[in-house]
Amino acid sequence: LSREDFQRIPELAINPLGDRIINAFFPEGEDQVNFRGFMRTLAHFRPIEDNEKSKDQNGPEPLNSRSNKLHFAFRLYDLDKDDKISRDELLQVLRMMVGVNISDEQLGSIADRTIQEADQDGDSAISFAEFVKVLEKVDVEQKMSIRFLH
Amino acid sequence: LDYQHVQVPFEITLWIMLASLAKIGFHLYNKLPSVVPESCLLIFVGLIMGGIIYGLNDRSPPVMDSDIFFLYLLPPIVLDAGYFMPSRPFFENIGTILLYAVVGTIWNVFGIGFSLYGICQVKSFRLQDVSLLHNLLFGSLIAAVDPVAVLAVFEEIHVNEKLHILVFGESLLNDAVTVVLYKLFRSFCEMPTIKSMDVFAGIGKFFVVGLGGVLVGLSFGFTAAFTTRFTKDIRVIEPLFVFLYSYLSYLTAEMFHLSGIVAIISCAMGMKRYVEANISLKSHTTVKYFMKMWSSVSDTLIFIFLGVSTIGENHEWNWPYICFTVIFCLVWRALGVLVLTFFVNRFHVNTITSKDQFIIAYGGLRGAICFSLVFLLPDFHRKKLFIAATTVVILFTVFVQGMTIRPLVDLLAVKRKRESAPTVGEQIHIRFLDHLLAGIEDISGHWGQYYWKDKLEYFNSKYLQKILLREYDQPKSSIVLLYEKLERKHAMELAQAGQLGHGLAHPSFLCSAFLCSSSDRTVITDQKLEDTPNPDVLDNMQEILARNLYRIRRTGPAYNRHTLPGDSEILILRHKSL
Repeated sequence: LSREDFQRIPELAINPLGDRIINAFFPEGEDQVNFRGFMRTLAHFRPIEDNEKSKDQNGPEPLNSRSNKLHFAFRLYDLDKDDKISRDELLQVLRMMVGVNISDEQLGSIADRTIQEADQDGDSAISFAEFVKVLEKVDVEQKMSIRFLH
Repeated sequence: LDYQHVQVPFEITLWIMLASLAKIGFHLYNKLPSVVPESCLLIFVGLIMGGIIYGLNDRSPPVMDSDIFFLYLLPPIVLDAGYFMPSRPFFENIGTILLYAVVGTIWNVFGIGFSLYGICQVKSFRLQDVSLLHNLLFGSLIAAVDPVAVLAVFEEIHVNEKLHILVFGESLLNDAVTVVLYKLFRSFCEMPTIKSMDVFAGIGKFFVVGLGGVLVGLSFGFTAAFTTRFTKDIRVIEPLFVFLYSYLSYLTAEMFHLSGIVAIISCAMGMKRYVEANISLKSHTTVKYFMKMWSSVSDTLIFIFLGVSTIGENHEWNWPYICFTVIFCLVWRALGVLVLTFFVNRFHVNTITSKDQFIIAYGGLRGAICFSLVFLLPDFHRKKLFIAATTVVILFTVFVQGMTIRPLVDLLAVKRKRESAPTVGEQIHIRFLDHLLAGIEDISGHWGQYYWKDKLEYFNSKYLQKILLREYDQPKSSIVLLYEKLERKHAMELAQAGQLGHGLAHPSFLCSAFLCSSSDRTVITDQKLEDTPNPDVLDNMQEILARNLYRIRRTGPAYNRHTLPGDSEILILRHKSL
């Protein structure tokens, strides 16, 4: 599968996060994704089952665990892959989601407030741990789960 | 003394006054509302009142007229419920809610009806003249969960949002089924023979009633939204439109024998988004408080009348029938919930735990709707038995289940509502995840809830918003609205705490003033309607707000390279905001 194949899906074109989602499927620098890679990415969205939790205590965490799901979302924010969401990255996402009739200053203050709420170590960027903390009250396991092939 | 002249309004006002005073009385004694739910206390007061009237007049007290109940007392409560229904959890769980409401109610009706018929067959109970049809009719009116009672009880126990919306949504939507089945069985009672065509007609009628109710409601809702588009110059009567259109939708639906409750709910939910964007802030507050007030008064009156009407000579007592009614109500509801949840959990990611199931089954309270429906029954010789049974069931569910549900919720450690303030960050991330999920669903070709939500949003922004919203007021994203609301609240708090005075001179002062003025535009324009305040006062207020808004923004390290932060100020403000 190449990028053009993804871009042919009409709804994805109007989705504000469309490009980033497509990029998430392709590993570093490659332009093609095979079925295995496609599946690996979609596996993040499998619902969490109870019996899996006790089985894999010792082995590597399954792809659809809560922290891996959150990591996937985090990577969509963090374009330069420095493990932090900086103010600019946040601004870009906000601009895409909020629309065109908000001024830049307002957007900037919203971004500032978000960072201020989440930031605990004072580096004015959101690290992965802080991201997890903001979403601790949100039921991420159930939100980020799709029942494929039932 | 010209009592005859003022009798009717006088008595109505006295009843409302009694209801409100009773409500004050309960809350004066602090411990009482936590142990006994308000609805029980109100019924108790009603019982006392009924006893007094009976003792004084030695005849049955005025029974609550079904017309008054359905036309005047019920709509405000349902409107309040529909208008303030959190639409996100509602639509996320709509499949489950519909399943419980429709299939669950039908299951309950037939289960209770048939098992009561079985009881009537036992010779020793002397009940053999109650036919199957009568039992089914009774089943149809007693099986429905009552939104008034559920609202009264669940509002005080604060369970988690999903559970609350499941029980509450079910109680609202099962009205469609109840209406159809009740009318169906009642017309069957009067028909000499029943053909299978009639049964199919009944099933078809259910769809007509339900969908018709939704259509009527939505059309009135959109008309209301459209009307409010033009009310810029007459802000004072804006709240009236909300109430008028909703009430009209209810009455229209009732006129066509459709489900009035479903109509008024779809009207409220349909118009809420657009009306709130169109009307002023003050009208919005007015709508909110009027609705709450009316629904509160209605609620209180209903319970008091329930108590009053219990006393009297309307009852025929028959131990077995009544006891078995209560038992069957509980049993069939529990079975219904179990079976349906089993099906729901197989298709959904969000599983309903067994604790939740227990609360759903236990929270199936019956209330005043059953009571009014039983009074509307045609007069046949067993009517008093049905009235007695209904009264006992209602009293049982409200008193026993209502009182014990709170300790049970604590005992079972059911997940409670999280009491945290909404943060902008959370909103942003949730929205982000929505888009992400919609995209993934598109890729995998799965038509899940995010897909439909996305499509609805798209339809909304392309067509509906253009028609229903006023031209220049572009709708703001909910993220921006939440942010503005939080900033405004924070600024007010700081202003009240006396954090005025020495502001730093900042170049971005102007843009923060701009920020403030754009979000407070509606407030300023409203004030212009009244006696024009001093321009100085206005400027002063704007300045205060702007300065404080600006300060909030600067509690982190400065992003503005033109100014240097004053360290001590930041420390103080950070403490205050934490």
